Amino acid sequence: MKYVTETIVLAVGAFIALLGAAFAQDRLFEAHMWVLFFVLLASTLFMIRRISFAPVIASRSSEHDDGYFDEVIRYGVIATVFWGVVGFLVGVVVAAQLAFPDLNIEPWLNFGRVRPLHTSAVIFAFCGNALIATSFYVVQRTSRARLFGGNLGWFVFWGYQLFIVMAATGYLLGITQGREYAEPEWYVDIWLTVVWVAYLIAFLGTILTRKEPHIYVANWFFLAFIVTVAMLHIVNNLAVPVSFLGVKSYSAFSGVQDALTQWWYGHNAVGFFLTAGFLGMMYYFVPKQVNRPVYSYRLSIIHFWALIFMYIWAGPHHLHYTALPDWAQTLGMVFSIMLWMPSWGGMINGLMTLQGAWDKIRTDPIVRMMVMAIAFYGMATFEGPMMSIKSVNSLSHYTDWTIGHVHSGALGWNGLITFGAVYFLVPKLWNRERLYSIRMVNWHFWLATLGIVIYAAVMWVAGIQQGLMWREYDEQGFLVYSFAETIAAMFPYYVLRAVGGGLFLLGALIMAYNVTMTILGYQRDEAPIPGATPALQPAE
Amino acid sequence: MAEKHIDEISGVETTGHEWDGIRELNNPMPRWWVWTFYATILWAIGYTIAFPAWPLISDATTGMLGWSSRANIATELASAKQAQAGMVDRIAKSSLQEIMADPQLSQFAIAGGASAFKVNCAQCHGSGAAGFVGFPNLNDDDWVWGGTADDIYQTIAHGIRHPGDDETRVSEMPAYGDILQPEEIKQVAAFVVNLTGTPADAGMVEPGKQIFADNCAACHGEDASGNREMGAPNLADAIWLKGEGEAAIATQIKSPKHGVMPAWLPRLGDPAVKQLAVFVHSLGGGE
Repeated sequence: MKYVTETIVLAVGAFIALLGAAFAQDRLFEAHMWVLFFVLLASTLFMIRRISFAPVIASRSSEHDDGYFDEVIRYGVIATVFWGVVGFLVGVVVAAQLAFPDLNIEPWLNFGRVRPLHTSAVIFAFCGNALIATSFYVVQRTSRARLFGGNLGWFVFWGYQLFIVMAATGYLLGITQGREYAEPEWYVDIWLTVVWVAYLIAFLGTILTRKEPHIYVANWFFLAFIVTVAMLHIVNNLAVPVSFLGVKSYSAFSGVQDALTQWWYGHNAVGFFLTAGFLGMMYYFVPKQVNRPVYSYRLSIIHFWALIFMYIWAGPHHLHYTALPDWAQTLGMVFSIMLWMPSWGGMINGLMTLQGAWDKIRTDPIVRMMVMAIAFYGMATFEGPMMSIKSVNSLSHYTDWTIGHVHSGALGWNGLITFGAVYFLVPKLWNRERLYSIRMVNWHFWLATLGIVIYAAVMWVAGIQQGLMWREYDEQGFLVYSFAETIAAMFPYYVLRAVGGGLFLLGALIMAYNVTMTILGYQRDEAPIPGATPALQPAE
Repeated sequence: MAEKHIDEISGVETTGHEWDGIRELNNPMPRWWVWTFYATILWAIGYTIAFPAWPLISDATTGMLGWSSRANIATELASAKQAQAGMVDRIAKSSLQEIMADPQLSQFAIAGGASAFKVNCAQCHGSGAAGFVGFPNLNDDDWVWGGTADDIYQTIAHGIRHPGDDETRVSEMPAYGDILQPEEIKQVAAFVVNLTGTPADAGMVEPGKQIFADNCAACHGEDASGNREMGAPNLADAIWLKGEGEAAIATQIKSPKHGVMPAWLPRLGDPAVKQLAVFVHSLGGGE
């Protein structure tokens, strides 16, 4: 019997969603439960068609020969590419809305609702799927063990997609906690907690059942990411629902304590989701793609522990010059400064892994992409500590400089390293000799890089100009600009920002095409990249 | 322990471990990295001694320098206030006429008024004070409540229809939808439009003239040039506060909209309101 339990669980879930819609205390909860009902109903119907009552026979025979659980990773890679394109597209839309406010379409597509849709689609849907897929791939291979928990991997994947759909539809309906990067309301948060614990069990279980004597460095980073994100998510979302059949909840914290909890979460979402998790990705895919050993084992240990110890204290730098007590601001700042070298440890280990294979930057567009990702990582992790210095922050805070900083990290580091991993994984997961087109990877690289450079440079100029205009006083001590004038001055930068984002989106669309054609089994007839030589053989 | 292994390309020993073909070199940590890391830690310790940092049971260390953000902002505000104190005192003691007569004072008042305008007034009247539908343009000489500096001061200080201020400007045009027939409203609207030199249907204008004389002239004047005592706008100058064209005028006659402006004196104080009045007076339409 296959899929019988799964189908029953989905059907029961759909029925509960229906009850939720029927007895809802408010219209938004009713609408959201209808969304959930239809999603679960469609899933139930899909599963019913796949039910088989035949006895289970050695189900592993259908899996990959080496016994790794790769089917869920294939789904994960497709989801990564899909959500990436969605997230970037929504990003271009919100960028255009800022330049041309008439593009705000009330009520569902106004900036206030679409902006969290963009941030969550990129951080949680794109980066999150990339992390789940690559961590499942890496942990199995570096532990020489099949993913722990049987079908738990499927639960993690589909459970996470359900979280994404519920979060995204919630934003468009206008359901939000108003906490940046933690907008979903209490019931979606509870669901994510369940999925995340399952993720932890699958990942940790694989490490515990490993056949290698030691745990590879990539897995330390993935594990730190999974454990810490669980802690951050639970604490920041401690809230009391007004009704168990309504959307609204109230935070367990209040005032500046609430703000500090939020930014402890927000900063470490960057630190552990977008930094630690992606360093795990880097520590596997860079050595594999360039076929060289990791530069320094000692550096990897020291920078790992230093990074996770320092990062968790740096959150208060988001609340400089606010009601937050001075002492907490100071500690947030000094921990951010001390975080500089631990962050750069990852950059050094990543770049120096190319020692003896630097020529691959010229001949392998995937390596080029990974190196550019590490370069943007290094730049963003220098810029971050610098912006946490109070006197710099007094200029940069609340300006578009912050947006530029975030995007040089997100597009440059998270985006490019993920693209590199996707290009590495797709031929291997689908047993293809090579990608459909290497030259398209090169196109993707240049479009993405140009897009990021335009985006980041424009936002630096915009942010610094904005900050200077806000604080501009004339010689008699009078304010020079009205707020509306500082917004009007941003127009050309906002247009250019949308152009930069558009180039990045275009690159991602080329990737989606390239990946699709590779999966379908095509190979583009093209000239090889000039200078490409046969890959180095691993040293025996 | 796994066997020792030397990486051929770099000649460096590895840790002997291997995961899925990945080895790790046993390179030392770069010296500059280690020393920079130490330097940031030392700097952090020094900074936390100098500034408020370490939380105690019910308080936190205040730092050797005795710096605090509250004291810092208080000092900055005090010094900014101190720098302007002489001029602000003189403005407080002078009448509007005296301020405008003194080049130094009027220059200061206009600059200060422009600054206060950006923060408090631009939201409705626009950054350039050009107004918007329902919010008067302050650059022209079409004043609803008067364009002398004293008139402008009175309007800013006490607002328009501001509840809770006894001296606020108040006027209320009756809703003529209850008094006139729809056709008559259209006729009087045509008459009003025609006054501005915009041609309207002559068959409508003629009866409209009589209706205007009977119903509107009492406040807006025989020649429709308005009455500032009553806040009745000039209707003959082609400047429209509530909307342009016969239809918009007819709507305003039928059920008039009445704008509200806050009384700024309690919020900003007399010197700032004086500066605003001088600034608005200087925009071009001051009388």
